[in-house]
Amino acid sequence: MKYRIFLCISVLFFVTISISPAETVLKEASFMPQWLPQSQFAGYYVAYEKGIYKKHGLDITIIQGGPDTRPVQMLEEGGVDFVTLWLSTAIRENDRGKKIVSIAQMIQKSALMLIAKKSSGIYKPEDINNKKVSLWGDIFQIQPREFFKKFNLDVTVIPQSYSVNLFLRDGVDVASAMWYNEYHTILNCGYDPGELTTFFYYDYGLNFPEDGLYVMEDYFEENPELCRSFAEASLEGWEYAFEHPEEALDIIIKYMEAAHIPANRVHQKWMLERMKDLMTDGSSAKPSGKLSESDYTYVSNCLKQSGLVNCVPGFSDFYKGPVK
Amino acid sequence: MIKRKSIAFKLIVYILVSCSALFLGIFWYNYLFSKKIITENISESANNLTRATVNEIDSILYRIQKVPELVAAALERDSFDKDELLNILYAAIECNPEIYGGLISFEPYAFDSESLYFAPYYYKKDGKMELTYLGGESYQYFYLDWYQIPKELKKPAWSEPYYDEGGGNILMATYSVPFYREVDGQRRFMGVVTADVSLMWLQEMIASIKIAKSGYGFLISRNGTFVTHPYNKLIMNETIFSAAEESNNKQLREIGRSMVKGESNFVSFVSMVNEKDSWLSYAPLASSGWSLGVIFPRGELLSDINRLNRVVLLLGFFGSVVLFVILLFIAVSITRPIKILADTTRGIGKGNLDFDLSGIKSRDEVGMLSESFMYMRDSLKKYIRELTETTAVKERMQSELRIAHDIQMGIVPKIFPPFPDRPEFDIYAILEPAKEVGGDFYDFFFMDDEKFCFVVGDVSGKGVPASLLMAITKTLIKTMSKGAAGPNEILSRVNKEIAHDNESSMFITIACGILNIKTGELLYSSGGHPMPLVIRSGGDCDFLKSDTDIVVGIKEDAVYRNNKTHLNPGDIICLYTDGVTEAMNKEEELFNEARLKEAVNAARSGAIKEIVLEIRRKIKEFSEGMPQADDITLLIIKYSGVNEGRKT
Repeated sequence: MKYRIFLCISVLFFVTISISPAETVLKEASFMPQWLPQSQFAGYYVAYEKGIYKKHGLDITIIQGGPDTRPVQMLEEGGVDFVTLWLSTAIRENDRGKKIVSIAQMIQKSALMLIAKKSSGIYKPEDINNKKVSLWGDIFQIQPREFFKKFNLDVTVIPQSYSVNLFLRDGVDVASAMWYNEYHTILNCGYDPGELTTFFYYDYGLNFPEDGLYVMEDYFEENPELCRSFAEASLEGWEYAFEHPEEALDIIIKYMEAAHIPANRVHQKWMLERMKDLMTDGSSAKPSGKLSESDYTYVSNCLKQSGLVNCVPGFSDFYKGPVK
Repeated sequence: MIKRKSIAFKLIVYILVSCSALFLGIFWYNYLFSKKIITENISESANNLTRATVNEIDSILYRIQKVPELVAAALERDSFDKDELLNILYAAIECNPEIYGGLISFEPYAFDSESLYFAPYYYKKDGKMELTYLGGESYQYFYLDWYQIPKELKKPAWSEPYYDEGGGNILMATYSVPFYREVDGQRRFMGVVTADVSLMWLQEMIASIKIAKSGYGFLISRNGTFVTHPYNKLIMNETIFSAAEESNNKQLREIGRSMVKGESNFVSFVSMVNEKDSWLSYAPLASSGWSLGVIFPRGELLSDINRLNRVVLLLGFFGSVVLFVILLFIAVSITRPIKILADTTRGIGKGNLDFDLSGIKSRDEVGMLSESFMYMRDSLKKYIRELTETTAVKERMQSELRIAHDIQMGIVPKIFPPFPDRPEFDIYAILEPAKEVGGDFYDFFFMDDEKFCFVVGDVSGKGVPASLLMAITKTLIKTMSKGAAGPNEILSRVNKEIAHDNESSMFITIACGILNIKTGELLYSSGGHPMPLVIRSGGDCDFLKSDTDIVVGIKEDAVYRNNKTHLNPGDIICLYTDGVTEAMNKEEELFNEARLKEAVNAARSGAIKEIVLEIRRKIKEFSEGMPQADDITLLIIKYSGVNEGRKT
């Protein structure tokens, strides 16, 4: 079947190091984004391709993520040094005893959203009552459940897979979506924005900052400089990607084609543009990479209240990234 | 401006322009009309082709649909154990070559209360049937499209096409049929039967659609994803909407929306392959909801008609050139003779009649005109020749008349005073013929030392005959006067001579007088002539009262009498012809005797020459420029007497 055959294809990229007596030896490390190559991770691939990691003294190997990879497990087992995770995932993993720390918070605003068709009669949150809503599992359900609670909605939850076909075929009234991904997919299945009603959790005060960079605490203790260099180089990679979007798209599409996944340039362009919206405040192309303590506290409390976690590390124990 | 141009230019311009306009109008109508017909035909055959292809695809898909539908129907009717189930599935997959694989999947614990997943999957591998069981932690099929969509929609559904990477990277689609069972009186969803179908035949079928050179077919899925397209890059990578977004083509997006809605149409379209104007005919597959589009390259399909139109235009152009040449020929053949005629006319105006128009050979109106010109030339030449002759004759006659006039004038005495050594009387006379020569005459001469004869005559008629008779008469009078006792005898002799053998029946009036200049005795005889006017020195002025006899030359034995009167010194006698008293003015009034009398009386005191000229002036004044109708003759004698004359 379609998804059965998405095998974990890990592609190792070896960096040829120009050996010169005057240069210091690059420090080796590996990195794995939590999903297949796409513009969501453009900054890292650009930093790699444009030699930004090398410039920071790093010899980085990028391991391809995907639906069948388990980043936290790989981190714990030492299969990879750096991964991207959602903040909520990272907090929960800590509760489960995985000592991972954040070295940069990339996405500042939650891109998670609900989408409904206006033809279903849904224009405002209250209209979702008694409707069929498809949700992704696990931590993707925390924000929607808070949302339903907030508006006192009684809904039928249908598990949502990787596609939005069930929604497109009217199997459900409301579907989950990432702003930078599924929303644009739906537009490119022929729906006009005016035909859709969107609910951004961020707009309803349910902001869960998403992608961040994580390492094992031990690794960070041993290589604090390397970790900081990696975070800084990654931020620079993003800056370069936002400033040179076409070049960044060329790079990311090259990786997508190498991974045999459908590469749709306009979709990747949309995703890259949304990444910029989600990572930067608009004043600069370079993301701050900072995790705000209030966001951390808010997400932690939500997780605790929903019973997903019991114990939350202190902010300074959890966050080792850039500060003011 | 064009008014000044030549006929040839106007002819060519007007005809050429109107013919070209007519041709272009007809051409344009023909072009539009034929294009419309062809477009309509293309539209119809395009829709037919699209519909036929769609029907063919549908018939295959419907046949495939039957397999899982029959299995699902069997599962709803009976309960089967695992082996029976596998046998049914095996048979269904194996005996249907289009079906690559198929499964029967159950809801959690629905087949076996012990197991969460139960989904046996048979598939063909290298021609052999393989069995595997799907479901597990990493493959929770309950949440996948092929399972969820029919479950939630409660009806069979085709999946979006996908690449089966494990099975040789072929394009596949799955048809899923939900099945239900009665549980506690309720119809409950139990699971899904699927059939995986390779779409290679579909790709081949659509790839085989070739319209002209660059026309092609393409298929999009329900989501608008390209399933087949000549551009491999688009297949499964792009939807028609992302392609529209990339090329910023709003029309393409609208067409895509219409296609995924299941509509059919025939629209103008820009080919995505060569970006040329084309038509797109599209229709949905009734089975899967996918949409087939076929591109008909407009330029290539219209190339025949366009080529025809180019040829027609070219023919029209050459036709215009030929028309131009013909028009030039016609125009020149018409205008060249006209121009020759115009030049000839100008020459005629200058007097050149020696022209030759034989170069104009045409027999049309222009030929007729040139013939008329030749006729005119001949007539003019003849006329001029005749005129020249006539003029010469006339001139000769005129010159002869002039000579005759001079001769006539020479016959009458013209030297005044004629007898300067005779103081007894004074005489003055004028003769003015109405034509070059006239019939009037006067004469005077001494018969002897004392008798002075004077005569005034008027031959009937005017001109040469009259002047001839006048010359004869005057000569006769002078001849016949010899030895005549009185004027009556002179008249009798002259009359006898003239009347004898007067075949022309012309006659003469003659007044003849003989004045004895010593005594003042006057004998006077009149042959039909007006009586003379006598102005007495005492003051009386009147016409001489005497008898008038018959005109001379009619009656051979006519008798003429003498009248006798006596002139005193200072008396004046005035003789005249009827040209004086019958001079006419514009009102056709005559000068008459009364006016003559008045004129003479008024001028009596002057010298006789003045009297004569004064009378003549008065006549002219009276006639106010009217042409002189008759000869005018005036003769005046003033008698002075012997003594008086000697004294002076």
